Amino acid sequence: MNLKESTNATWLFEITPKNKFFSLHLKEVWVYRDLLFLFVKRDIVTVYKQTILGPLWYFIQPLLTSLTFTIVFNNLAGISTGSVPPFLFNLASITVWNYFTACLNGTSNTFASNAGIFGKVYFPRIIAPLTVVLSNLIKFFIQLFIFLCFFIYYYSQDALVSFNSWTYFFPLVVILLGILGLGFGMIISALVTKYRDLTYLIGFGIQLLMYISAVFFPLDLIAVKMPKYAWLVQYNPLAYCIEATRYMLLSTGAFPFWGIVYTLFFSIAVLFIGLLLFNHTEKKFIDTV
Amino acid sequence: MKDIILKVENISKQYRLGTVGTGSLVHDLNRWWHQIRGKEDPYLKIGDTNDRSTKAESDYVWALQDINFEIERGEVIGIIGKNGAGKSTLLKILSRVTAPTTGSIKFGGRVASLLEVGTGFNGEMTGRENIYLNGAILGMTKKEITSKLDEIIEFSGCQRYIDTPVKRYSSGMYVRLAFAVAAFLEPEILIVDEVLAVGDAEFQKKAIGKMQDISKTGGRTVLFVSHNMAAVKSLCTRGIVMEHGKVKFDGGIDGALDAYQLNNSIEIETEYIGDNIIKRALLHTSNNSIKYKSDFKLDVFFESKNLIKNLVLGLVVKDINDVELIGVNNRHYQSDKINQQDVYKGYVSIFIKELNLFPGIYKIDLFLGDSTTDLEIVYEAIKFNILESFEYEVINSLNFKINKVFHENINWEYNS
Repeated sequence: MNLKESTNATWLFEITPKNKFFSLHLKEVWVYRDLLFLFVKRDIVTVYKQTILGPLWYFIQPLLTSLTFTIVFNNLAGISTGSVPPFLFNLASITVWNYFTACLNGTSNTFASNAGIFGKVYFPRIIAPLTVVLSNLIKFFIQLFIFLCFFIYYYSQDALVSFNSWTYFFPLVVILLGILGLGFGMIISALVTKYRDLTYLIGFGIQLLMYISAVFFPLDLIAVKMPKYAWLVQYNPLAYCIEATRYMLLSTGAFPFWGIVYTLFFSIAVLFIGLLLFNHTEKKFIDTV
Repeated sequence: MKDIILKVENISKQYRLGTVGTGSLVHDLNRWWHQIRGKEDPYLKIGDTNDRSTKAESDYVWALQDINFEIERGEVIGIIGKNGAGKSTLLKILSRVTAPTTGSIKFGGRVASLLEVGTGFNGEMTGRENIYLNGAILGMTKKEITSKLDEIIEFSGCQRYIDTPVKRYSSGMYVRLAFAVAAFLEPEILIVDEVLAVGDAEFQKKAIGKMQDISKTGGRTVLFVSHNMAAVKSLCTRGIVMEHGKVKFDGGIDGALDAYQLNNSIEIETEYIGDNIIKRALLHTSNNSIKYKSDFKLDVFFESKNLIKNLVLGLVVKDINDVELIGVNNRHYQSDKINQQDVYKGYVSIFIKELNLFPGIYKIDLFLGDSTTDLEIVYEAIKFNILESFEYEVINSLNFKINKVFHENINWEYNS
């Protein structure tokens, strides 16, 4: 009996049919940190290989989108952005919005796009969605740099834009967006492994979501113009993140303090549910994907 | 005390057949409904055994059923079996790619699995970058890889191309580089699936040599799945034979290879029916086998439209590995009755008194010809089994891997 116990104590790990209800494998993720780093590097380095414009594509996409928004929503539809130049207003919103959608899209494809590797070798599966969030963060910094260039240009042209003391908290908003993208992405990734229906939903779902996330209009505008449907935006944590971003970077609108507090709790809840579902799926997805 | 490094307990794996559709949603809901009431999964009770060729009666199939074994530190184990016997599923579970339906596996050391060479290789990245990426996927840290980088590159033999994107590599170079990374892994347990079936002969030899090094000098435990029996035999000390998702045999590698070949490649056939010149051949046996050192009698019936001048009938007896042991024809022996005969039809009986082949499976090729040419050759016309018998006990200690034929008349004389 004693002998049996002594051998049992030396087991390094055990494979069982199901994961424990909630286990993060944080220790394991730490062991595989180099893999995370190398995956991020791979994503950054290889994405625009064999293209002529190369990394310039990181700049072109947000700039053209902002330009289009400015023409359509501000010039054509006449949405007022207050004293802030509409182009800068849109660029700020799109930069953070892009980060969220890139995280969401990337993580929701985790199982499908990594099926080849996942089917052949074990590493903590959570590495894959974390890679998406981190490599998109680097792309986000590149796009933020573009924004800053335009910010300086407009600032030198005496536009009414400025930073303020809340600007220091901008990284917090970015982290919240990353967590929301990761959380929602993991929920979707766990659900689509067996039933693919959601993949069709997510494509246009993100587009529709943009309209209720206050990307190209100030948050208070919808309350004034469409009070009946304002709740759609007011319950949307993304709207607060984007509104807060614009306040922090351009000093326009009002800082949605309670909105951000609400978003904080919301994102933690989403992340928790996401981890739970992901944890539940990761062991057997390879049989159903 | 046994030093058990890996313990597999009651592993079973169930798969659902067919496509995923509304039917599976109904099953999922039913399963969930049972689960929240605290009842057992209703679909675990059903399911066919894993036999690819029979028609399915249930929507579920057990790819693995009640697998149990223990592995000691330093053992090199070959897992063999037919396609679809469950080898790969077992390896997938052992390498944590998928989870078992029931049962558990306990590990006493770090595991690295090589189910494929070059997992995660990115064509756009250079050889050097891919060594890092692939190494990290297999569980090495960046520091470990850096310390072994030169060795890996040298082993792969791709020095010249190491800073070229791997998409420009030839497929052989690609595999060499990928295997080189894996060869320098240092886990306590290494799981390898048939990856040696790639690359040229020289590289295969190198790869097997490397695996031998790993197990012998490194004292590491290796689980190896392959259809290459020569590789399995030279590498492994123990074999596990799988059939229809169950362990059929677990023991010494020689026994495992015999058990595998007995079950899978040879069916005993003591009668041959043909439609050319040789119409029928019949081996006289009791219960489809011959006892060791009992008489061997084979009748060969033939009929030809043309006259066969100087009939020649020969037979070659081969062992299970196609090694020829006996090759004789009637011309070698003076028997006036059939020598120099010109015939159309008839039959020849071949009689060997007290056949001294050791127990095992043997095959017989038949040759029929005239004075100048072979008219008909039937390969493996007869497959038969020699059983152990009382006499066999006496010569028990002879090495059967070398000796196939027992020579009674050997004298050992010592001179000083």
